[in-house]
Formats: sequence, C-alpha cells, structure tokens
Amino acid sequence: MTKHTLSVTVENRPGVLTRVATLFRRRGYNIDSLTVGTTENPCISRMTIVVEGDDMIIEQVSKQLYKLVEVIKVVDITQEGSVDRELVLIKVKADNNVRADIVQIVDIFRARIVDIGRNSLIIEATGDQRKIDALEDSFRPFGIIELVRTGKVAMVRGTSEDIKKR
Amino acid sequence: MKLKGAEILMHCLEKEGVDVVFGYPGGAVLPIYDALYDSPIRHILARHEQGAVHAADGYARASGKVGVCIATSGPGATNLVTGIATAYMDSVPLVCLTGQVASSLIGKDAFQEADITGITLPITKHNYQLERTEDLERIMKEAFHIARTNRPGPVVIDLPKDLMAKVIDFEESNEGVSIRGYRVMKGVNTGQIISAAEVINQAQKPVIYAGGGVIASNAAAELKEMAEKCKIPVTTTLMGMGAFPGMNYLSLGMLGMHGTRYANYAIGECDVLIAVGVRFDDRVTGKIQTFAPNAKIIHIDIDAAEIGKNMAVHIPIVSQAKEALQALLPRLEAREELSEWHKIIGRWKDDFPLRYGECEAGRIMPQHIVEKIYDLTQGDGIITTEVGQNQMWAAQYYQYKEPRSFLSSGGLGTMGFGFPAAIGAKIACPDKKVIDIAGDGSIQMNIQELGTAVQYKLPIIICILNNHFLGMVRQWQGLFYEGRYSYTDMSHQPDFVKLAEAYGAVGMRITRPEDVEGALQEALQVTDRPVVIDFWVDREADVYPMVPPGESLFNMLGGDSDD
Repeated sequence: MTKHTLSVTVENRPGVLTRVATLFRRRGYNIDSLTVGTTENPCISRMTIVVEGDDMIIEQVSKQLYKLVEVIKVVDITQEGSVDRELVLIKVKADNNVRADIVQIVDIFRARIVDIGRNSLIIEATGDQRKIDALEDSFRPFGIIELVRTGKVAMVRGTSEDIKKR
Repeated sequence: MKLKGAEILMHCLEKEGVDVVFGYPGGAVLPIYDALYDSPIRHILARHEQGAVHAADGYARASGKVGVCIATSGPGATNLVTGIATAYMDSVPLVCLTGQVASSLIGKDAFQEADITGITLPITKHNYQLERTEDLERIMKEAFHIARTNRPGPVVIDLPKDLMAKVIDFEESNEGVSIRGYRVMKGVNTGQIISAAEVINQAQKPVIYAGGGVIASNAAAELKEMAEKCKIPVTTTLMGMGAFPGMNYLSLGMLGMHGTRYANYAIGECDVLIAVGVRFDDRVTGKIQTFAPNAKIIHIDIDAAEIGKNMAVHIPIVSQAKEALQALLPRLEAREELSEWHKIIGRWKDDFPLRYGECEAGRIMPQHIVEKIYDLTQGDGIITTEVGQNQMWAAQYYQYKEPRSFLSSGGLGTMGFGFPAAIGAKIACPDKKVIDIAGDGSIQMNIQELGTAVQYKLPIIICILNNHFLGMVRQWQGLFYEGRYSYTDMSHQPDFVKLAEAYGAVGMRITRPEDVEGALQEALQVTDRPVVIDFWVDREADVYPMVPPGESLFNMLGGDSDD
C-alpha cells in the first residue's frame, strides 16, 4: 500500500465535492487528505487527493472518478516530477524560558511566527509533508496546544511537462 | 415566447421523443401537472411512486427508449429511491423528475422537503437540482443524453416548484449537448481487437459469456453471428437472457449460482472466455479465484471501470459490445466444428439437464408452469419477474428468443419489480403478451398497481407461483440454517382471486396440475384487463442446481444424475 497523489480537475459547481467524497466512502477508498480550490479558470476547480492503495485500487479510484460527469481530468502525479506543499499552523506553548529555543527552530525551518500570546506562539510554515512532519516533531516537546494542516496541494513541474510533450 | 417553466419542461420532453410518462401528482409538482393537462404526452397514473418508477424502467427495458417518471417532493421522491437504485444496478436509462419545495424554502425543512439529489447521489448516473428556469432546457438535454449514452443509467432532475411556475422568455436553442467531463465513447482499439481475434482463432475450448451490455447496445445479431461463425457455445447472465436464443444448439443457458451444470462446467474447462457486456458479478462467478481458471479472458465492456474491478483479465476492450463485435467478426476464422469441445459439452448436457420433480396429483411443480407459459407463447411474449425462486425458474425454464423479452431486477434484486415493470412493458409493446412470473411474497410488495393495470385496461397476466413461503430465503434456511424457517412462512395471505376481482381484474386459483394449461390459455384470451392466476405450487420446491455462496462454480448442489 503506497500513498498516491491524484490531481483531479472538476467543474466548479456546488455538490462536486460531495460527489467525490461520496464516491470514496461508498467504494471504501481511504482519503489521506483532500484539498480543493479554484484554478486559473473560475469554472474549474482542482482537487489534490492523497489516497492510499495498491496500483489496482488507484486504477479503480481513477476510473470511478472519471465516471462522475463533473470530473474533467484525473492525473496520478505520484511518479511524475511534481512540487507539493502543505501549510501548517501550530499554536505552541511558549513561556519566557523557551521562547528563544522556539525562535531558533522557526529559523531553521524557515517558518514564521504569526501571532504572539502571553503563553503561546502561533507558527506558520509551508513545505512538503516530510518537512511539516519534522517541524511538528520539533515542537512537540514544548507542548502543542493546537495544530492545523491544510493537506497537500501539488503541481507537475514544468520540466516534466516539457519532456512529456516532446 | 413567454413560457412557464413547466411548459418548457413539456416542450423538452416532446423534443426528446417522450410520448408517455409514469407518475403520481402532489403539491410540489402541481405546476408540472397543470402543464401536462394540455400536453399530448400520455400520463400513466400509478398507485405508488415505486410503481411509477418500475413501470418507467419496464418501459425502458422493453422499448430501448428512455423511461420517464414524475413524483412530487419529499415522500414522493423518496418512494422512487428503490426504483432508481434498481435501474442504476441494471444500467437502465431513466429520467426521473422530482418536485421540490420552492427555492426560498429549500434547506428550511419545509413541508414535504427531502434532499433527493443528496439521497440519490450514489444511485444515479448523474443528478441535477434546477437553480434557474433558464437552465432547464440545457439540463433536460444533458439528462437524456447522459441517461441513454455510454453505459446507460438513471438521471434525477429535482425541480423547485417556483421555477416551474416562473414565466421566462424562451427561445429554443439549437445547441447540442456539450459536457466537458462526459464524452460519448466511440470506436474501438484495433490492437486489442487483433489480439482478441488471434486468441479466439487459436482457441480449442472457447466460451462466450454474454450479459446485459449485449442487449443495451443492440448487439444480439453480431453475437449470434460470431457464435455461429466460430461455433462458440454461449452462456448468458440473468441480465443477458435473450441476448442469444435459448433454443440455439450453441446455447448453454444461464451460468452462475443457479446456472446450468453444463454452463458452469464449460466455464471451468474453457481455454478462452469471451466476456461481452458483463461485470463478473458475484452471483455469476462464485468464488472468483476459481472462475475460468484455465482461460485467457477477453473482456468487452463500455464502462472502463468494470475492467479489472472484480476480475483481472488478459485482453480488455473498452467499447460498445456492438462496435467491438463488428470489429472482431471479419478477423475471426470460420470454424467447421470444434468437435472435441462440443462432444464434451454434449455429454454434460445429456448427463446434467435441468430437471425437476414430477407433478403429482394435487401437486403443481412451479417449473412446470414456466414451461407451459413458454409452450403457449412460443417464446414470443415478454416475461417480467419478481425476485427469488420465481425469478430463477423463469430464467431456467423459459427459452428467450430475443433481447428485451426478459425483464428482471438482476443487480439490486428488487422484490415488487415485476408487476409494475410489466405495466411499463405493456405500454411500450401493446401487441405483445406480457406475463409477470411472481411469487406470493413479491407480488404483495406492489399489488396496488392492479388499480393502474385495470384503469388502463392492460391485459397483463400475473402468474403467482404461490408456495406460501418466502421461498428463496426458506431454501437458504433449509440448506444453511438447519431448516430453521425463521419468519419465511407466509401462509397468512389475502385471497388473491377476490383481491383481483375487487380491483376489477380477473382472478383464478389453480391447485391441480391438469388445470395449469387451461388456465393459462383462458388468461391469454383476455384482452381488456389484467389476470391474476394464483397457482398453488409444491411448497418446498427448491431451485437447482445451486452454487452455495462463495463456492466455486463446479461445486454445485442438486440437478446431478443422482437426484
């Protein structure tokens, strides 16, 4: 079982997300993460879906997605050269004794402090999933009060597309 | 031109060639029914929305056209659900129009509001909720297009009441349907066809496994040509009954759980399996790991998602069955004979024919009734079935000659389907004899449609194979639950003769084998009303052969030479 990243373009209409989510639930596929947002064309949205499964399951997922009338294109970008990013907000316990340590970690990860409370800091970071995981681990000893991850968004690299076209 | 939404709706239906709709009025569809009042479209008033949707389904299956039904919001719409799921599982083209509360009330839990687009999401090919009357024409075109093309299926359109009453400036559009995410599949991959032809030409023990896709794509003629040209035996699924003539010497009858022994043995032995318009359903394959274990499998289906869903295959061909067979035919070598293979199959046919116990004094065997129906109609009728033992006997003992002559809920297995489907079939094909082979359990699920059949003077014959049991479940309880007949005894039932007569239909009760033929003949003479024949049959007759669930096809119970 490996994780696959599917980039799915869909019509930007109400209900499309429900259709996709219903399909995953009904066929018993597991969504690791799902992000959705509009693209350069306001009529079209892009979903980045991370799903776990062997090749046969991923093929079924893709074919079943294609059967949805509002799904335009499904691409498994796991193998292709792609850039993927995730954004995380972490509220971490931070009294005066540890603030300096936290700031140091923030610098190392090229993250940012976006809110300062009396006893806590909110840190924002973007990166691929490994980096976000590492960041999370680094802050855990201080005490994570709240954490939210957006889930992965991804895009095929220009260079890979050029190679394909040739 | 200034038109109300409902008037545009009627206009669109007419443009799609709809001449009959099945429905049931209600508050939210009042504007639609008001427009229907002036429309040339015929409306068949069911007695329950489930009856309406099954009738539209039967109409679609019998005619090959899109069936249309109308129900009001809330309970009207939810009463369609079983029928929509039935059509979805069997790939039947339907357009279901549901009323909805006024736009301003949606989401407010208004009277008779139900989220029918949400409810039907997983059981429709697509669905819509109208947001602007201006979109109606486009949506109607799309809905019919989606319902009837590629792998057909049901489409629901939810129509808020205010948008049906709203008057807009309507200019008819000449634009065709254009949906970015939905293209009609055309053509076939020649490379795959060549590979398939090579494999078929080399085959020593080929079998064709044909299903509903052959009927849906009108490919029965091509299938017969291929089978006869290459001398390939053909077995059909329940949904494929009629795709190949049952009396043809190459026919193996049905395969699967209640298939013939020779069909299932042939699957076990074959070296090439040509699967056309099928989906390797569990009722067909039994234990999938041992299904056609020695065969190269060629799988032709219009739905790419069916390829490799249940069964890994060697040569997939994503195409309409008709197009694929047309492309294959010129590449196939005519065979004089496949003598060894046919000899083996011939021996199986001799040793393991379908068989059942003799009728004795006062004991009617249900299979005998089905055979008599075949004899008297010469296979020219349309048979609909309910679900359970009646359905299996109807599949086993009637020889279907042509497509669209056997209408049955194969995928969902919906009890109560057969009678309303017969109503739809009779409306579609008024010149054909339409016979519902029913059980005493199933028929009570939509018995209220007798009102409909009597109102429209439809001479449908309902043959109740009455064993006073929920027979198929009782059979399983007998085989797998030590005969503990938990709540399957249905001895308490209405007097079906009186019930028929109360509705204005003809009712008969037959309890002796010698009266079966006479009763059927009498029923076939009736031209102006439905006939209910309550056949009291052997209470504990079982359906054989049988592959126990999860077993391999060759592990069959019953129907062998020792019975």
